[in-house]
Formats: sequence, structure tokens, C-alpha cells
Amino acid sequence: MADVRLPSTLQPLFPGLPRQLDVQAVSVGEVIDHLDRDYPGIRDRLCEPGPALRRHIHVYVDQERAQLDTSLADRCRVDIIAAISGG
Amino acid sequence: MPRTLLLIGTRKGAFFLESDDRKTWELRGPFCEGWPVYHAIHDPKSGAIYAAAASEWHGQAVWRSPDLGETWTHSSEGIAYEPDGGRKISKVSTLAVSDGRLLVGVEAPGIFESRDEGQTWSLLSTLAGQPGSEAWDDPSNQPPGHLGISALTFDRDDPDRFWAIVQGIGLFETTDYAQSWTPRNRGLRADWPREHEEVGFCVHKFVRSPLDGDRMYQQNHVGMHRSDDGGSTWTEITEGLPTEFGFAAATHPHDRDTFYVIPLDPGHGRTMPDGHAAVWRTRDAGSSWQQLDQGLPQRDAYVGVLREAMAVDAADDPGLYFGTSTGQIFASTDEGDTWGQIADYLPPISSVEVATIE
Repeated sequence: MADVRLPSTLQPLFPGLPRQLDVQAVSVGEVIDHLDRDYPGIRDRLCEPGPALRRHIHVYVDQERAQLDTSLADRCRVDIIAAISGG
Repeated sequence: MPRTLLLIGTRKGAFFLESDDRKTWELRGPFCEGWPVYHAIHDPKSGAIYAAAASEWHGQAVWRSPDLGETWTHSSEGIAYEPDGGRKISKVSTLAVSDGRLLVGVEAPGIFESRDEGQTWSLLSTLAGQPGSEAWDDPSNQPPGHLGISALTFDRDDPDRFWAIVQGIGLFETTDYAQSWTPRNRGLRADWPREHEEVGFCVHKFVRSPLDGDRMYQQNHVGMHRSDDGGSTWTEITEGLPTEFGFAAATHPHDRDTFYVIPLDPGHGRTMPDGHAAVWRTRDAGSSWQQLDQGLPQRDAYVGVLREAMAVDAADDPGLYFGTSTGQIFASTDEGDTWGQIADYLPPISSVEVATIE
């Protein structure tokens, strides 16, 4: 079970979406699959077609930069952040 | 009594200005969570408002409000090219709606349609095979802004007929709902080499007279032009204007010969010449022009106005509105003779549309 943390910019886009939730998944991609089942459309906000993570969406697994195919250990922490950028 | 609603797209979300009398205005917003909004429109048939927006972080989507901004949803389901085709979408640039058909123009150039009020989308056309299309996907060939399809304009009576501008390439018409296309650029001026006879023109803004569908005007990168034959041929009408460059244009709702433009410095500043704000009007289809600046800042006003940032309502005394790159909205209800500022301190404005709500 992964401890998933989401960026605050997603909450207004998906009513009821928490900042933190537990997800049963073996990869970052599966985390996003799970989120998209419960909050349809959230994949498009995090990923480009391909799929690949959007340029300014960064994912860290236990503080290590991760991609969609990064494996998850049990009870790991997954931080999905909207990168500091723009103006 | 009908209300007037201005839909304002800005670099930091959408805003509405609302008025019962077009004298006092109430500002609402920001909407769309601060995403850059390139275009917001009202569908008079369904009453819905749509906004084309693209976030640096969360990508592009079309937002929808069924209740004049009280609630919003967004979707980009289906707004994507095949991942193995090499084409990507960087933004949703422009919207048009007619008879239940909602279109969005995107970059790389393409048009997606929705038949369910923006919930799901499918690719309608990339104008594949049109002259110029072999190179227009390459970002290095594109003008700054990278708008792709920068405007879509439906025919009022025939939803199978509409026009699309491919930024930096030209104007195209379809009469069979995007099954086939015809370039509509004959007679336009271009001050640069072109690889194709029919395209290679920089059409900034295209408008049609609501009274006469054959009467069209366009603000081009190099000059104002008029067509009297539904876009088959164009004639330049720049003489009398202070510059040949600008983005915004609007037609008069009750006079086919009256038309408004906002000339800008043709250099890369693209602000009003000499810091003197003015709208220019012709009442004789471009044979002569009048400068309209009463009520607009007369000095030190280095403001720009983008292609979708001027609108006109259909009242007996039509209201004219434009939004600036520095966040002001100006309005006139006397055909542009005098102007007043009705909003300030907004983010840089991309688009202004007007809706009359009964």
C-alpha cells in the first residue's frame, strides 16, 4: 500500500479528491490508473499521451525522482507535485 | 431586461463583467483555477459557457459552466493525437459552437469536436494535405504564440460550413464539415517568400458581416483586407490607417460597411502607436478611416490588444468592448465615438466575447 500525496492544484479540479490517500499499486503508473478510476480525467492532468508524466509534474518515491514505470515497495511514500515553475 | 455579459479570457483565468444597463458593471471571477484562458464563448442555444485553457502544469482542457459561472467542469477526454504519430498538443487556442457542435482549435494545428457539450471530444480534422501542412507541425516553422488553429468561425445558417485560420499559413473554408477544405487567401499581401501560391499569409483576425455573409474583413500581419465575394478574393484597405499591423477586428451588427480595428506598432512591441490608444472605424468598407480616441488614454499607453480581444454586441446602439495586454477593459455604446474604462487591474487579456442574456 502506497502513501500517496497529491498537489493542492488538483483539489479544485476534482471535487472530493483528498490531498493524501492510500493506494494499492506496484508502480507509479498503477497509482495514476487507480486515481483515474475514482476521479475520471485526473490522468490527463498528470500525464501526456504516451503516456508520460507532464513536464512540470514531478513524482518522487521515497524522495527519489520517479517515472511512470518506477516500482513501488510496500508502504512507500509517493509524492506527486506540481513543480515550482512559471510566473 | 436583458443582461450583458462579457466573457474575458486572461493569462490567469477567466473573468466575467456583467451589467443590466451597460453603464455599471460587476466583475466576477477568476474562474478556471487561474489557468491561462485563450478564449471563452457563450452558446446561446444551451446557455453554457466554454473556456479553452491550457495550464503549464496540468495541460489543456475545455472548461464548461452550465449556469453562467456558478459551477464549472472541465474535460480533455479525446483531445489528443495518437501518441505514436509524433504530433503533440501544446494548447487549446480557440472555440466555436453552432447547432450542438462544439469545436476547439489546437496546436499542433487540428480541430476537435464535441457533440456532448464538451464532455468528450474526437478529432475532426488536421487539414491534412492542404498546402503548407507538410511543414506546419514543426515548431521551428511556427510564428510566436504557437496557436496552431487560431480561429474558427461558423456560418450562421449552415453548420457544415466554417472557416479556420492556421496561424502563419492562412484562411481555409470548408462547406462539408471539414471533409474538404479550400484555401481562401487570394489577393492577400505577403512581404515574404512563400512556397505555395495559395498559402503563406499571416491572417490575424477574420470577421463576417452579420448582414451579408459575402462581406468579410480581415486584419492581416501586413494590412487590412476586405472581401465582397465570401472570401474568394481579397482587396487591401489599409490606406488611411496609422499602421498595417494589428490583431483585433469587429464588424458592426447593423451596417455591412462599418468595421473596427485597433492598429498596433508593427515591430515586436505590438502596442498602440506612440502610446496613444485609439480604435479606428470605417463607415465605407475601408475607403476611409476615422480615429476614435475620446475617453481612451492619450499618452504613455503602451498597451496591446490581441486577436480575440475585441467584441461587439447586437443592441440597437451596439456596445463595443476591448481588453488590453495590461488588464483594462474599455467600452463604448455610441459606435466608438466615446469610450470608458469598465475594468482595470485584470491579468493580461487574451479574449473578450459578449453575450446577451435574456
